[in-house]
Amino acid sequence: MLKKLVASALFAGLAAGVVASVLHFAMLVPIIVEAEQYESGQLTHFTAAPDTAAQPAADDGPDTSLWHRDTDPVHRGIMTFGMELITYTGFALILIALFAVAERYGHQVTAREGILWGLAGFLALHVAPAAGLPPETPGIPAADITARQMWWIGTALATGVGIALIAFGRSLALSALALVLIVIPHVIGAPHLEELSGVVPPSLEGLFAGRSIAVAALSWSVLGFLAGWFWSRNRAA
Amino acid sequence: MNTTTNTTTRAQTASNTDLLTIALVAFMGLGLVFITGFAHVPVLHDSAHDVRHSIGFACH
Repeated sequence: MLKKLVASALFAGLAAGVVASVLHFAMLVPIIVEAEQYESGQLTHFTAAPDTAAQPAADDGPDTSLWHRDTDPVHRGIMTFGMELITYTGFALILIALFAVAERYGHQVTAREGILWGLAGFLALHVAPAAGLPPETPGIPAADITARQMWWIGTALATGVGIALIAFGRSLALSALALVLIVIPHVIGAPHLEELSGVVPPSLEGLFAGRSIAVAALSWSVLGFLAGWFWSRNRAA
Repeated sequence: MNTTTNTTTRAQTASNTDLLTIALVAFMGLGLVFITGFAHVPVLHDSAHDVRHSIGFACH
């Protein structure tokens, strides 16, 4: 049983990871590279004074000390590809576990329905967190990492449970609870620095955030479909 | 009648995944996502850096 579940998740996760990687390299890497040129001062955004542009490299606190940029593009690409596969396999394992929970309640997930589950994952793990902490290029000073991670996890969890309650709850009270769960992280608010700063042009940041969310939407659709397909195939066997 | 009901019930129980297996699979998934998305260990952070940015996990 365990083997079947893990096998389904592996196939779906690796395939979705490949799709996500291709999209990552085609749509996001060029922006990351350009943003790093702003970060290192090779490029300067016209509204930033030269002093400001030079600052991050010299004095950016914990921001740059934690991250040791991989200067070998091939090695960096391989690591990114591997991590992308691992991430989507992780998502797939969670998704398959949820399919198994649904099955215990008499609900059989199909490939077509898997797309809906994938899109729910996309909403919970990407759209809702992005409303408070949009995906950012490297080089943007941000609030305390642990606080942001806690808010991210809380938001993803609350949104996920909220969506499940709307999908499977059979009462008005549960739907109301779902709405409260979905809204509450945004009422609390994501941790942000008091002052906005950064050397990357805002339009480039906007493009990155938009593309990152679009890549996630497509990757999660593929993941949901494949996870549902392998799952229903395994259950029929 | 009784036999039919029993068979159906048993078949359903057998096809359902037990909770321990579900928990194990979910735990493995959460573990992988923690490694790529959240761990503060420098080597993991650096390897997963671009993925964290592109997926929208909080990164440094």
